[in-house]
Amino acid sequence: MTASPRISLTRRYRFAASHRLHCSTLSPEENRRLYDKCNNPYGHGHNYVLEVTVSGLVDQQTGMIANLGELDPFVEREVIEPFDQRYLNEEVPNFRDNVPTTENLCREVYRRLKSFPSARLERVRIEETSKNSFEFAGDTEMPDAHRQ
Amino acid sequence: MLGSVRSAYARGEDDMIRITRKLEFSAAHFYHNPDFSAEENRRIFGKCNNPHGHGHNYVLEVTVAGEPDPTTGMVLDLKELKELLQREVADRMDHRHLNYEVPELAGKIPTCENIALVIWNLLEPKITRGKLDRVRLYESNDLFADCTAGHANGNRA
Repeated sequence: MTASPRISLTRRYRFAASHRLHCSTLSPEENRRLYDKCNNPYGHGHNYVLEVTVSGLVDQQTGMIANLGELDPFVEREVIEPFDQRYLNEEVPNFRDNVPTTENLCREVYRRLKSFPSARLERVRIEETSKNSFEFAGDTEMPDAHRQ
Repeated sequence: MLGSVRSAYARGEDDMIRITRKLEFSAAHFYHNPDFSAEENRRIFGKCNNPHGHGHNYVLEVTVAGEPDPTTGMVLDLKELKELLQREVADRMDHRHLNYEVPELAGKIPTCENIALVIWNLLEPKITRGKLDRVRLYESNDLFADCTAGHANGNRA
């Protein structure tokens, strides 16, 4: 008998939000050159798809790594409710000073979900469109004390 | 999909080729633990506790990693993998009730996690060319379990 495999569970969620890519330390000209259409001052939006992956032992009593009855309301409360149908630049505090690229969105979503009590947050993956996706798996090398 | 590429590189196995074969099967199940009270079963498992059962169109992706044979150019014969999946998975689970008709799941709650682990354990010893790298089982478009080689975290199927 070989070693047991590692097992994880992934759940997909959706939210729609608007954003504008603009960096306050760059000139208007540099912003336009760098972000192009995404710098439009009126903003634009996406139908984001969020994949949340958790890992841990499969509870022998329930057969589950995480009960969706807990995971779904947690993700809804921490991410979907505050992000869905919002303007990310103004309505999510961390994006007042950080450009809401999907790279930064991955980090923000990871930060909000990592305290999920029933399983280990393994990874978040966000599809900004069906053609672009981004992933963040945290910094597992860093001891907890040094995490942001 | 990107995840598997990233973790593959992290494992330092980037010289490997990974091939993935898909299988779809439909089955019924429900969640019920006889150690729990009726009330606990309803609270923990929600709608999935309906004793009449319900069903899914499962989608299974099986990934095998290995180096292509220099003569055939193949890691393994996909026809053999297709037949293995038919024999070990489809013949056991397709159009079956997972609670009653699959001996490997007896005494287990037939969650996506447990079904994926059972499939891993059925396939892993039978893949002789290349190594089983990942079993991904979709219960729906929005929910899947992954079993991946190595990094054992103590699960028993």
